[in-house]
Amino acid sequence: MEFGPITRALLRHKGGAFLIALQIAVTMAIMVNSIAIIQERSANMARPTGLDEANTIAIESLSFAADADQRATYINDLELLRNTPGVVNAIGTNSYPLRQGGWSMGLQTEPGEDMGGEGAAIYFGDQHMLETFDVALVDGRNFDLSEVVYNEPGQHSWEPYGIITEALAKRLFPDEDTVVGKTVYINQNEPVEIVGVIDQLQAPWSGWDDLEQVFLSPMMRAEGYVRYVIRVEPGMAEKLLPELEQAMAEADKTRLILRASTFAEVRANAYTGDSGMISILTFVVILLTAITGLGIVGLASFNVSRRTRQIGIRRALGATRPAIMRYFMLENFIISSAGVIVGGMLAIGLNILMVENFDLTPMAWWTVPLAMLVLWIVGQLAVAGPARRAAAITPAIATRSG
Amino acid sequence: MFRYYLKLGILSIRANPALSALMVAAIAVGIGACMTILTIQHMMGSNPIPEKSDQLRHVQLDSWSDANPYADGQYPPIQLTYTDARNLLSAAEAPRQIATFKSNRVIEPTDPDELPFSIDGRATSGDFFEMFNVPFQYGSGWSRSSDTGEELVAVISEPLNQRLYGGADSTGETLRMNGRNFRIVGVMDTWNPVVKFFDLNNNAHEPVEDVYFPFSTAVANEFNNSGNTNCWKPTDGDGREAFLNSECIWIQFWVEIPDSATEARYLNFLNAYAEQQKELGRFPRPIDNRLPDVEAWMDLNEVVDDDVGVLLGLAVLFLIVCLLNTIGLLLAKVMRRMKDISLRRALGASKSSIFLQYIVEAGLIGVAGGLLGIVTTWFGLLGIRNLFSRFDFVQRLTQMDWTMISVAIVLSIISALAAALYPTWRACQVTPASQLRIQ
Repeated sequence: MEFGPITRALLRHKGGAFLIALQIAVTMAIMVNSIAIIQERSANMARPTGLDEANTIAIESLSFAADADQRATYINDLELLRNTPGVVNAIGTNSYPLRQGGWSMGLQTEPGEDMGGEGAAIYFGDQHMLETFDVALVDGRNFDLSEVVYNEPGQHSWEPYGIITEALAKRLFPDEDTVVGKTVYINQNEPVEIVGVIDQLQAPWSGWDDLEQVFLSPMMRAEGYVRYVIRVEPGMAEKLLPELEQAMAEADKTRLILRASTFAEVRANAYTGDSGMISILTFVVILLTAITGLGIVGLASFNVSRRTRQIGIRRALGATRPAIMRYFMLENFIISSAGVIVGGMLAIGLNILMVENFDLTPMAWWTVPLAMLVLWIVGQLAVAGPARRAAAITPAIATRSG
Repeated sequence: MFRYYLKLGILSIRANPALSALMVAAIAVGIGACMTILTIQHMMGSNPIPEKSDQLRHVQLDSWSDANPYADGQYPPIQLTYTDARNLLSAAEAPRQIATFKSNRVIEPTDPDELPFSIDGRATSGDFFEMFNVPFQYGSGWSRSSDTGEELVAVISEPLNQRLYGGADSTGETLRMNGRNFRIVGVMDTWNPVVKFFDLNNNAHEPVEDVYFPFSTAVANEFNNSGNTNCWKPTDGDGREAFLNSECIWIQFWVEIPDSATEARYLNFLNAYAEQQKELGRFPRPIDNRLPDVEAWMDLNEVVDDDVGVLLGLAVLFLIVCLLNTIGLLLAKVMRRMKDISLRRALGASKSSIFLQYIVEAGLIGVAGGLLGIVTTWFGLLGIRNLFSRFDFVQRLTQMDWTMISVAIVLSIISALAAALYPTWRACQVTPASQLRIQ
């Protein structure tokens, strides 16, 4: 191998090699951290809400008229929705996953002001919540019809029954096998009996730390706004959405239909920021790799033309074409290696800075070797063209002067 | 001589069109990336009312729980309870003060054929309009007597006036909202503060509300709060009255403080007020009252998104890569012309004339890259607008103003110099005749 001579030759012209190595290093730092962020955001977006998303519709209604009877509107809406062919089930609630707005309360295992508690997102509704949200009981039972009440606006007391997610159960009672029948306290001292535990359901805020902590309360509430969550038969969402919206608007003029959307739209709205970030960073990584690659092509071309005469002499002295080509490929490999080693350190340093300042998840270990491999390959591909041109130089060049 | 070097530079750039284009494009892309993100950051955090932002103060009172301090005790709550808002309003110790909250409304058009529609609304005190320099097209805000009288008066925005009355003077007209008839007393002129500084609870960059009505009227008529409500203590009993008397925070409160003497006086008043509330059994925490101005308030509420900071860091590194790329290529060019340089030096050219020749050539590349950078910035902002087309407010954050164009020009010049200096310096280091002996 020609490592020795190539390295010594490089060291005689440090400036150019140093610059390209530095460029590769900084490129790598950006690449690794962009991939880390893309990964983090994709993982966030991949978290399941618990719903049957492809077959769910959300419609928001607002009672405004002075003579509006909110209770009648609520009951009639549910009857209309549940009796529409194609609808599996429907509920009127206050919020749902990915809505980004909702209500949270602290739940505690002992009553009193200073006891501390676990935050839980609250969803109100009747015994149809489990089927509509497409969640399964892992323990206990669903609400009984007798436990469900209609709650007048402004009423602050809580019904004494609740269903919680498994994640919340584990946080409230880390040492218990079953939490069914246990009492938790809401609003500091109102007791609630846990009647059931469900597998998984997200809170309304996708950025919340306690995303999996949800409390279902058997209350039908209409404080002006009611958000209807409607689960439909497979493939019916697009078709039923406009029909249901129109039917509801016509059935009751004392309220407005503010928003009607398929769950796919709810999801797209909630994650616009994340998917935008992914697009920007993907674009940045591609552009950056292209610029660095083109820079390598340019520099190698300069070097080939500067060394035309030396290459001719080497050829005249018996070096084969592959040997000339190998020289340039190896030279690039050495520069790239220096670049990616420094780049690896820069990438880790930058990641630590970002994690400290911007609340990012630390990168996965494999992003560093992955970026190294990519940059090595890009370097070799970029240098291949100029190297081939170098190999094509004829030995006769050696006889010319200048 | 300069014109001669300019000619030489252009010839040299033309001799390698592909490489020269690469160098110009690299600088342009690097500057475009930086300027796109800088523009968004600048717009997100820009002072929406620079002429008096230091006189407008949000009131912060620590009414929170002793067991679980608000924000872990770092700062007092960012909203007020109704009890405190009402007390501070009626004390009227500042030259101007407002209590306000967001309350969305349903408008019922007079034409029965037209459907009712929902709009963003705001309950506020009459001082709001003069405090925040709200421009008016017709009429004006309401008087303090309308506040005390709980009158059904309203100010509407220019877009709502356009929608309802085709832009005509609608003062005196009746506006039916949620079953009650309001009298329009004023129509705002176009008012688009980039940051909705007076209420940063939800989206700091959303447009201002379309209809405004007295705070007292909204409370008396049980208008709902469309913003955030936070409570640390259970409400005593059911119903509206219980909620109003609760320790829940949901009201933004601003005062106008023209000078430091007024500030000291007002803080004294707040501290005395907190003492008095302590005697009544409220305010369990140590007294911590604050009066942040608009800019401090925006900082506390973190109006600039974290993602923008991340992207800015990456964009700066991106520009560095682009500059390294250009430096490397310019350096290679100099290396190839060592012979020319050493010959020129041997024939009597001074270092300074070599410097001038090469800085002109490198400078040309830099300036071209910088100018093109303004174009790439424009495309960058267009790309962001398309990516976030779901969010109306992003459209307003991606506008380039003159400040940002000047920053772009300065950044291009600095980048061009940074790229040109090292290769030029290397050219000057070539000693006379050193490269001639090989031949």
